[in-house]
Amino acid sequence: MLLRGKAHKFSDNVNTDYIISGKYKFKTLNMNELAKHVMEDLDPDFYSKIEKGDFIVAGQNFGSGSSREQAPLAIKHANISGVLAKSFARIFFRNAINTGLPVIECDTDKIDKGDKLRVDMAKGKIINETKNLTLDVNPLPSVMIEILNDGGLAKHFKKNKGFKI
Amino acid sequence: MGQTIAEKILSNHCKNEVYADDLVIADVDFVMSQDGTTPLAINAFEKMGQKTVFDPKKVAFVIDHSAPSPLEGVSNLHTLMRDFANKHDINIYDIGCGVCHQLIPEQGHIVPSNLVVGADSHTCSYGAINVFSTGVGSTDCAAAMASGKLWFKVPPTIKINCSRALVKGVYSKDLILYIIGELSADGATYKAVEFIGETIDNLSIDARFTISNMAVEMGAKAGLMLADSKTKEWVSQRNSNRFITVEPDNDANYEKELDFDFSNLKPQVAKPHTVDNVVSVDKVADTTIHQGVIGTCTNGRLEDLKIAANVLKKHPVSKNCRLIIAPASKDIFIKAMKKGLIETFVKAGAAVVTPGCGPCVGTHNGVPSDGENVISSANRNFKGRMGNTNANIFLASPATVTASVVTGKITDPREFL
Repeated sequence: MLLRGKAHKFSDNVNTDYIISGKYKFKTLNMNELAKHVMEDLDPDFYSKIEKGDFIVAGQNFGSGSSREQAPLAIKHANISGVLAKSFARIFFRNAINTGLPVIECDTDKIDKGDKLRVDMAKGKIINETKNLTLDVNPLPSVMIEILNDGGLAKHFKKNKGFKI
Repeated sequence: MGQTIAEKILSNHCKNEVYADDLVIADVDFVMSQDGTTPLAINAFEKMGQKTVFDPKKVAFVIDHSAPSPLEGVSNLHTLMRDFANKHDINIYDIGCGVCHQLIPEQGHIVPSNLVVGADSHTCSYGAINVFSTGVGSTDCAAAMASGKLWFKVPPTIKINCSRALVKGVYSKDLILYIIGELSADGATYKAVEFIGETIDNLSIDARFTISNMAVEMGAKAGLMLADSKTKEWVSQRNSNRFITVEPDNDANYEKELDFDFSNLKPQVAKPHTVDNVVSVDKVADTTIHQGVIGTCTNGRLEDLKIAANVLKKHPVSKNCRLIIAPASKDIFIKAMKKGLIETFVKAGAAVVTPGCGPCVGTHNGVPSDGENVISSANRNFKGRMGNTNANIFLASPATVTASVVTGKITDPREFL
């Protein structure tokens, strides 16, 4: 899986209420509708700034707070190809993999707003093309790689008739 | 090698001796989801090609986040839940029954040593009765509903030794706010936490739930406590099955141990907009308050309502302030009625609303206006959490919330004792 796009930067502790507010997520399963409100409380115009394939790049504890799977789904449906952060909250991290949204732990201080990034999920490598830097990546547990490669947990579960570790 | 509570419970459920960082597929004893997460779980269940749930008695849906429904879109999702629950003959708690994290233990669905997953981040609440319980998303929940199994990474454990009893006017909410302030919002990410010691032993089960409930606010996967005679009595009143309890071994391996002496702890307040932004009440005293909320899975239990009523029977809510009270369950609501607490609340000027999560999650029942300050007994104060990005949320104990709505400004509850 090879991903390319530019970086949109956010700070530490971006919680799931900021990713998609409770006032929207309880009333619909239309993820394209929810996608329009992604990160709205942090940047009201965020959705209109996204070009297909872009990355969200953040600090520590991305996705803290609630267990809402609408958070990774809204990001994915907003045409974001992946989230890069120094660290992730536990439930968001699982939900992202389960819904097929690539999430990568790395030193995001080496990425600035607008930098062009190339991410090779198979090799576990991030290249900051703007700064001509290669970033190290914390590898995923094996079960998560299996789930991501199958396109998310629903497909993985159907294919394997359960989990495959 | 010795094991922590988390390692023991996960070992028991995967029939293998496992330790921190092992990956396991474990059998779950109960699966829960609520109206914000169930619709996506039903979608995922169908995408997985599943026809039946693993055991209808071990699955429950709770309609609590928007209950009763404030919007047609929500109503349609509630109907989707009811239809699925009826088709599969699983437990459903409809509007008015209460908040999921009160209902699952209160209705006797779980006992100590169980492994439970719930599609709600505050599922970690049941650690207070010696249950390893953790929040998951909708797709994990669907997999667990279908197979009765889920994969886990066994978490390392942080042991928090809590010594000395809390003084009058200081509650378990103050204790957990203080700990979160010390450890920070991601201080226990991916970890289990064991809360052990004299301070915990002295607390009621109601008060213990408040602590385990907020373990996730420092990133924890579970917030575990020992099962003592109070736990055994509380559980036995609700579930007639025999159960075992789980203690850590003396030589268990902890990632770290922290010691706190709580004898001098003051009432605590988490300031906007993060839960770890914690100060003692005197640092924010006199901040103007427009609305108070008492309820939620953190502090909507009978003990909390009694604390509020004790103040409100002598002191009404300030004319410049509103107070919203949501008992955490129907049973608590009935008990509060029988004790005259509800009459006290209404006479004091509070608005008592249907048991549920509404005000805490911004779906309905008390969305603040621009620029307003809210003091709440809930567990999150993120910007926009209560439905308005331009409002400020302070978190505190039910006692501090009550004292503050009586005076119209943040107030040390000990002034009313």
